[in-house]
Amino acid sequence: MEKMVIDAKGMHYTPLNKQIRKAVAAGVKEIEINNVLGQRFIANGLRGDVKITINGIPGGDLCMFMNGPECTVHGDCEHAPGNTMDGGMIIVHGSAGDAVAHSMRGGKVYIRNNIGYRGGIHMKEYESKKPTLVIGGTSHAFLGEYMAGGLILVLGMGSQPLMEDRGIGSGIHGGEIVIRGKVADRLLGVGAIKTEFTESDLERLSPVIEDFCSRFGIDPSPLMDINYTRIVPSSSRPFAGKYTWE
Amino acid sequence: MYLQKQFLVVNMCGIIGVIDRGRSGMDGSGIKEALSLMNERGSGEGAGYVAYGIYPDYPDYYALHVFYDNLVEPKKKVDELLEKWGRIVQQEEIPTYERPGLRKKHIPWRYFYKPHKDLVVGSSTPEDDLVKTLVMDINSRIDGALVFSSGVNMGVFKAAGWPEDVADFYRIQDYKGYIWLAHNRYPTNTPGWWGGAHPFNLLDWSVVHNGEITSYGTNRQYVESNGYKCTMFTDTEVVAYLFDILGRRHGLPEDLVVKALAPPFWDEIDAMPERQRKIDHAMRLTYGAAQMNGPFAIVVATSQGIVGFTDRIKLRPLVAAENGNKLYISSEEAAIRVMDPDVQNIRMPRAGEPVIGRVIV
Repeated sequence: MEKMVIDAKGMHYTPLNKQIRKAVAAGVKEIEINNVLGQRFIANGLRGDVKITINGIPGGDLCMFMNGPECTVHGDCEHAPGNTMDGGMIIVHGSAGDAVAHSMRGGKVYIRNNIGYRGGIHMKEYESKKPTLVIGGTSHAFLGEYMAGGLILVLGMGSQPLMEDRGIGSGIHGGEIVIRGKVADRLLGVGAIKTEFTESDLERLSPVIEDFCSRFGIDPSPLMDINYTRIVPSSSRPFAGKYTWE
Repeated sequence: MYLQKQFLVVNMCGIIGVIDRGRSGMDGSGIKEALSLMNERGSGEGAGYVAYGIYPDYPDYYALHVFYDNLVEPKKKVDELLEKWGRIVQQEEIPTYERPGLRKKHIPWRYFYKPHKDLVVGSSTPEDDLVKTLVMDINSRIDGALVFSSGVNMGVFKAAGWPEDVADFYRIQDYKGYIWLAHNRYPTNTPGWWGGAHPFNLLDWSVVHNGEITSYGTNRQYVESNGYKCTMFTDTEVVAYLFDILGRRHGLPEDLVVKALAPPFWDEIDAMPERQRKIDHAMRLTYGAAQMNGPFAIVVATSQGIVGFTDRIKLRPLVAAENGNKLYISSEEAAIRVMDPDVQNIRMPRAGEPVIGRVIV
């Protein structure tokens, strides 16, 4: 079916989401939503094969629980885009607020510029489901807090120093955080350790970097080296024995 | 599970503040629309606005806004007390307009007032001290009267209701101010009532706050030991009193007040250059009892400017943006864009980092 255009000016998120669901159920494959300003929960729990373009500033919890659709935002996001997202993709041509990709279970979240605090908090993975959060710029503190799985990649484009906020991977017990350049030891959170980023890591992550760059029209070649820091859990149970005796 | 998530992620209460640093007046219609956009952050149990520069006919008088339960006993007592310590040059009921969604529980009244400053000795700000004492006295001793705004050429307008109802109840579009703060309340720990709505004000200080002050007990002891009385049944009022002690009485600039209330961590202080380390060390030791813990995003206003800041680990959202002389601070970028679609330099300040806008004329 052809493309559908929605003017969301002044619209509450409930009728907006109803309209989106109805369109997807009717087989619409492309939806453009204009004049979005602060509407929360857009495309929540949405399933199916549809491309959504949002022009404006969506409210918090964009694409929460979503599984399948690809959502592109031309603007900034508020808190927690990709909250507990199951599958599909969010591409943000701007920055985003706190708790981006909160508890994300699968799919991809790409943020062109910067994110706020607690990006990727409690991201997790299970068997074939492995979520990916890529940030083109930099992040504030507590990136990957309580992270249990998946990948967070910070490319640090346009920021010097690349990362200067504390608490990276605080409480991490699964997954990996990869940050462009060097990361000072004092920025690591409790339970997080640095490991060497090797040629085989680069080979493994090259498709992710290339895909991110292609979505934003960026030349990936300056990013294709091993000048990254890889941060992983110090053990799978960093807090064993903290609250109980073993 | 769903509910848990909501409480984990959705940060209750919405705040927004704006200053025109060139002191151009803005009517209240824009901020009403911005605050209403964040209705998801409220519960209809409290909303309020404060504006500076709204009483140009009384530019040198304290504008006392009072909630009266009736206009007989409590008002008689307040009138007597005010006349004993100063001169009432004008008084009237604050004009209100019935709204279907808002039950009028109190009668909002205002006085334009000049205290007799020669009645107080030993203070560099005798008028402020006298008015502060009167406010504390009325609020703690006179049943059925609550002074909720006591600054010069400014005023708070608040009630239990949704932002648009409260705005229309007072017709805030009829007031023109160069600074506005607004708050949409989602009461969590204490009940929603008219006095518990934000902004909280004392003298020139007004505060809007999203979050909780979990150090309230310690902070309350500190302000009460300095002669303040907590009467609003909610944590935010201590912030107004802390700013009055540190900002007015101790004469600290805004950035140092913020440093006292939301200081850097000890390990960060240890890593500072010597001079800075000594200052930060002394601040933490001197103002340990003023330090605030818990999740918060706060915007404070005076007639000279606004300052916004968050708790030290950033458990509440705060966005700042500018357009020419205007500086905006809010919980959400979208709310700012409702007021001003052309804002520039949108940023999320770091935890504990003050965002300051001062008047330039």
